[in-house]
Amino acid sequence: MIAEKGLITSGHASDGTHETFTLNLGPQHPAAHGVLRVLMTMDGEWIQRAEPIIGYIHRMHEKMGENRSWAKFLPNTSRIDYLSAMNYTHAYVGAVERALKIEVPERAEYARVITSELNRISSHMVWWGALLLDLGGFTPILYAFDDREKILDLLEGLCGARLTYCYYRFGGLYNDVDDAFLKGTRDFVAHMKPRLTMYRELVTDNIILRKRLTDIGPISADMCRRYGATGPVIRGAGVAYDVRTVEPYSVYPKLKFKIPTYPQADSMARYLVRMDEMEQSLSIIEQALDLIPAGPFMAPKVPRVIKPPAGDYCYAVEAARGRFMVRIVSDGKEIPYRVKLRAPSFSNLSLYEEASKGMILPDALAMMGSLDLVIPDIDR
Amino acid sequence: MIDFLNLEPVRILLYLVAICAFVGANAAYLVLAERKGAGRIQRRPGPNEAGPAGILQPLADGIKLLAKQVMVPPGTDALLFRAAPLMVMAPPLMCLATIPFGDSIVAVNLNIGLLFVFSFGSINVMALMLGGWASRNKYAIISAARVVSQSVAYEIPMLLVVITMLMVTGTLDLSEVVKQQAGWFWHWNLFKVWVNPLMPVTFVIFFTCMLAETNRAPFDMAEAESELVAGAFTEYGGMGFGVFFMAEYANIVVGCCLATILFLGGWQSPIGALSGGLWGPVWFLGKMYALIFTVIWIRWTFPRTQFYSLLNLSWKILIPVSLGTLLLTGAMMKLMPFVFPSLH
Repeated sequence: MIAEKGLITSGHASDGTHETFTLNLGPQHPAAHGVLRVLMTMDGEWIQRAEPIIGYIHRMHEKMGENRSWAKFLPNTSRIDYLSAMNYTHAYVGAVERALKIEVPERAEYARVITSELNRISSHMVWWGALLLDLGGFTPILYAFDDREKILDLLEGLCGARLTYCYYRFGGLYNDVDDAFLKGTRDFVAHMKPRLTMYRELVTDNIILRKRLTDIGPISADMCRRYGATGPVIRGAGVAYDVRTVEPYSVYPKLKFKIPTYPQADSMARYLVRMDEMEQSLSIIEQALDLIPAGPFMAPKVPRVIKPPAGDYCYAVEAARGRFMVRIVSDGKEIPYRVKLRAPSFSNLSLYEEASKGMILPDALAMMGSLDLVIPDIDR
Repeated sequence: MIDFLNLEPVRILLYLVAICAFVGANAAYLVLAERKGAGRIQRRPGPNEAGPAGILQPLADGIKLLAKQVMVPPGTDALLFRAAPLMVMAPPLMCLATIPFGDSIVAVNLNIGLLFVFSFGSINVMALMLGGWASRNKYAIISAARVVSQSVAYEIPMLLVVITMLMVTGTLDLSEVVKQQAGWFWHWNLFKVWVNPLMPVTFVIFFTCMLAETNRAPFDMAEAESELVAGAFTEYGGMGFGVFFMAEYANIVVGCCLATILFLGGWQSPIGALSGGLWGPVWFLGKMYALIFTVIWIRWTFPRTQFYSLLNLSWKILIPVSLGTLLLTGAMMKLMPFVFPSLH
């Protein structure tokens, strides 16, 4: 329920001793990283109630899916969570392939895994820099962007886009991964490993950072279950829930990787989960680069005009922020009957009101940073 | 001619003009130095478009700020809102009048210089609080409340440290404090471990408190932009903001000057020779700018502390430690003449 209040309302707490005031954080606030508005009832610097108000960047992606052909909706999916576009297009492409019963060639699947994991690393780097900005550390984001630039260059070479990739196609890829990309990716993995060590030494082990995040903003596994929080948020609560292992897709079953979990359930746990995930992604990329076979990158018989048989199909992927699921309903026509997008940031934000109760403002904002919200992903 | 320049009112007037110019030039070019330093730390060139290597950037910034309207938002206390930037700029100018930059380069050689600097240094907080309160903005009011509690917390260990230094030097006269540190660098108060073995710790406490008093990262609670938008300065624009910004650097200059005088031998040379005449300001400014560089370096390296751990740091660590050094210094000063009579 969204309670619209005047901007300068003030009231009395139930015990009648403390005067509270309403702080309207956003939609233009440096810590919101976009157009998120949080209506806070404050007792001094303590938050009594923080109510996120969303919808400022709602673009009706689901409705747009119902009035364009199956292929034309594909670019929309890369604009939902613009920081992990590869994963998102993977989910939609996967759902349509499941409907059409297309067998995707091995080479294409491996290329999808490599590009998705590269995208996950670049997404986590933006999160890392932005979280440190929230905590008042200005320098890390420029180091992160320096390394992220290398990923963007690699992916630009493949599909021409640097952010909103549209590289996957029904049945395969837009074009083949070339040797330059494979070699560049190998070089990047070699470059990135010592950089992650440096990040740990310079930032993760910093005492101020540890004090800002440790024991701040506990989000228990139970709370995650009730709100449907996934991704690093639930893994930071000690639950090894990862779509790549729980509902295996693509060639992930053939690759070895760990699911980092931390039972502390605080902001530091979520921070460490993401830092470890970057290492795991590098290891996945390395294995995939060794295993990628030669062969076609497109399934042989993909129909020109796509008309999936009537039915209800789902495909979930582990995006950088958690479980992203596309559910499509087809009535056998050229345009989808219904496209349902299950975005992780929405669920991860929904627990904010409960989790932030009684916190002090800087801590609440540090916790918001540790949720890694992408506002267009919330609003869709 | 010489007689005319030696007249007391003329001399003071010239010094005051020089101090204003010094503060203005420092504030303008420390902003550039900060941005250049931040650029180097962040693997980018920093401002480099205005003039060769960006040296005209402060001019461009100044013109931009001057050309902007000074907005007084409706509903604010217009008088206090306008007065706050002036109140924040005046105290550092007053403080610099008593700072000895060289052997005989001091505007007013007060025999209570140290007391004078600290009493004027505290006004800074009142100005920030007024600015925040008069803005009638919730972020600004939270910031004003933070500034006051932070200042109360950090004034105490800072003054305890100053009392320690007062016991060591025995004078409030800043020129006299510098004169006592003549000779090689181990004569500086920082290294006088036979007076108090915790002297380097005292310096670290002083420096930390100075960072907190001047609202510099990692203690920049007044302008915690990711929490409070721009804190006390949220409603200020144009030159109103520009003066706050300059005052921050002027306060850093005063703080680093004090640290140089109290701990690093002021205008004394570190090698025993070359300390008279024009060498004095050279050593003094060299030490001061080294400290200012450290301040900049810290800002671009560390994240911000949380407000309550900032207060805890002061009340639970800095105040007990500085009280301890105070007691230790007293005890050492009474005991040492008996143990090592030759040193005194």
